[in-house]
Amino acid sequence: MKPLRGTFDSRSAKALGDPSLQKALRNFKPLFVAKRAAAVAELPDFERLRDTAAAIKDAVLSELDVWLERYADKVESLGGKVHFARDAAEAREIIREICRKAGARTVCKGKSMVSEEIGLNEVLEEDGYRVVETDLGEYIIQLAKEPPSHIIAPAIHKTREQVADLFEKNHPGRPREESVAGLVNEARHVLRERFFESDVGITGGNFLIAETGTSVIVTNEGNGDLTQTLSRVHVVTSGIERVLPTLDDLSVFLRLLARSATGQDTECYTTLSSGPKRPGDPDGPEEYHVVLVDNGRSKMLSGRFRDMLRCIRCGACMNHCPVYGAVGGHAYGWVYPGPMGSILTPLFNGLAENYDLPNACTLNGRCQAVCPVRIPLTELIRTMRNEQVKAGLMPASQRRMMAAWGWVARQPGLYRALERLGSRMLRLRAGRSGALSSLPGAGAWTEARDLPAPQGPTFIDQWNARGGDQ
Amino acid sequence: MSHSNRAEPRVGLMATCLMNVFRPNIGFSAADLLRAAGCRVEVPNDQTCCGQPAYSAGDDDAARAMARQLIEQFEAFDYLVSPSGSCIGTVRKYPQLFADDDAWRARAEALAAKAYELLSFLVDVRRIAIDARYQGKATYHDSCSGLRQLGVKRQPRELLSQVEGLEIAEMDDAEVCCGFGGSFCVKYPKISEKMVDDKLKSIAASGADTLLGGDLGCLMNIAGRLRRSGAKVRVWHTAEVLAGRTDGAAIGEEEAR
Repeated sequence: MKPLRGTFDSRSAKALGDPSLQKALRNFKPLFVAKRAAAVAELPDFERLRDTAAAIKDAVLSELDVWLERYADKVESLGGKVHFARDAAEAREIIREICRKAGARTVCKGKSMVSEEIGLNEVLEEDGYRVVETDLGEYIIQLAKEPPSHIIAPAIHKTREQVADLFEKNHPGRPREESVAGLVNEARHVLRERFFESDVGITGGNFLIAETGTSVIVTNEGNGDLTQTLSRVHVVTSGIERVLPTLDDLSVFLRLLARSATGQDTECYTTLSSGPKRPGDPDGPEEYHVVLVDNGRSKMLSGRFRDMLRCIRCGACMNHCPVYGAVGGHAYGWVYPGPMGSILTPLFNGLAENYDLPNACTLNGRCQAVCPVRIPLTELIRTMRNEQVKAGLMPASQRRMMAAWGWVARQPGLYRALERLGSRMLRLRAGRSGALSSLPGAGAWTEARDLPAPQGPTFIDQWNARGGDQ
Repeated sequence: MSHSNRAEPRVGLMATCLMNVFRPNIGFSAADLLRAAGCRVEVPNDQTCCGQPAYSAGDDDAARAMARQLIEQFEAFDYLVSPSGSCIGTVRKYPQLFADDDAWRARAEALAAKAYELLSFLVDVRRIAIDARYQGKATYHDSCSGLRQLGVKRQPRELLSQVEGLEIAEMDDAEVCCGFGGSFCVKYPKISEKMVDDKLKSIAASGADTLLGGDLGCLMNIAGRLRRSGAKVRVWHTAEVLAGRTDGAAIGEEEAR
């Protein structure tokens, strides 16, 4: 997916002024948080599972090449084909080639954030394939020609009314549905036909299991299963960091993923596929491909952001992020929004181009507190700011202010004098009113709130005047 | 400087930048409470700032310079205490700033180990009996740094439960950020406004007439927005209520009410 137009500021301003989006965000916010909390409370082992999962991921990442090789060997021994793509362009070419060789006309897709990351739909559509997203959320935004705004609920920014409008426009000959159940049913009927026509089915891969050469997808709609079993060719797109050694390891992550993502004990469908259809199998694809995408990930292995490679894409960080809750996913400008995106997007698409992302964060730490694989998200966001500073990206005005403040703060006498002066001026301006409703140079504060005025001389002056600890 | 008396530990009170300028009453309240907890309180006169603005902005060089200064000023005390979760949270992170400097890292670790947020210090380190009255129904905002970096949650509630006349009415989303976030609130004012408005809704729904918390930045943000919106909720730092210093104007309130 191409980065969205505009800046973080312009996109978030638009989001704050969009009543439909604000309504959608209001509806969604309490849902995921409360459901996760309830699901976690019912599993006393949850905190220990988080430790275990983080440790498994760290162990895999420390010898990722070995596990990838084992996984690839196993897949090939089962008759599948593994492709390594260094970047998005290479990944797109590999998949185009698979579709071309298959003589495909219709390409069905299960939900895959990696396919969004590499901008797959656009090139396949350019090649003339009929590309159909089959995850309900992805289907909705495909009709709306919009990018996802959430990694597990891509159309979370849409209200029911907006979906009804979209379906009415795109499904001619069908009566307008208004209820959620009616809309889901309508999508199911329309999509059912597409599954039967599908030549190539593209899914993501939540996990890849080295010992068995298995790709695992986790869905609530069963669309992924239909995509991969009914198509002649199944293509799995996945980041290279998603490999796990064993099925035992998988069980740890399955217990964490659904609870963290949607507050379910388990998602409705957990589907494991290992290679193409074997002789005697009643169904399954004739060809089975796995496209493992690097696209900057191996570079992360050796740097300060390695912990980010533990991410299992559950979305808990954005569900709990108050900034995401205020502006939604599109403000972040690319496929990965919220806290995880504020780290990944600058790494993938550039520190300068995405300067705002790590800065538009209050460092409140709620994301880090719920991350199932204990990624120190808040720490990493601050580290990203440090990388930006080191790259000379802090705006000049802020840099000058920081330098001046830093210098003054190391001259205690001067610092005291300036505090004294500031206190006196603010008190003079406020009189006995207790607060200021405007203040030159502080418009960003006083635009929305009054500034409480100092109570009196500074604490340290008063303390000294009273003779200290008396 | 004499060596410390074990029965009466020497506490260096860190006067946070905001408290020092805007709300001295919190500093005096903290001193009262620390004395009631059997401590000797000193306020180093040459202290300035813990470096949090630089650290949060990712300017590690500036943060390191501040950290060295503060370590020198406070390392001789038995404890460093401050009525702010975010400033103490910063001191606790000092060791990370000296990853490549063994000598300073050791000093940073030693200071971090004895640096405490006031309310948790009064419960976890020194037991204190509260003797204060406050007539009202208060709701508590858990400031993020104190809550998530330092585990400050039950301590203020334990202390406040001893205040005569005070009723606590917990609000929904008490643990959700109020939108202050240091420079965040002026860099992204519209998003911050949305967040503080959400907080105001939670406060209103709790039915409380008073808002309490442990970090002045958050309290100034919430108090400023409450006042702008015409709400009559009074805002105090928890230390002010615990020390019984609530005769004057609350945060952002008109004097001589």
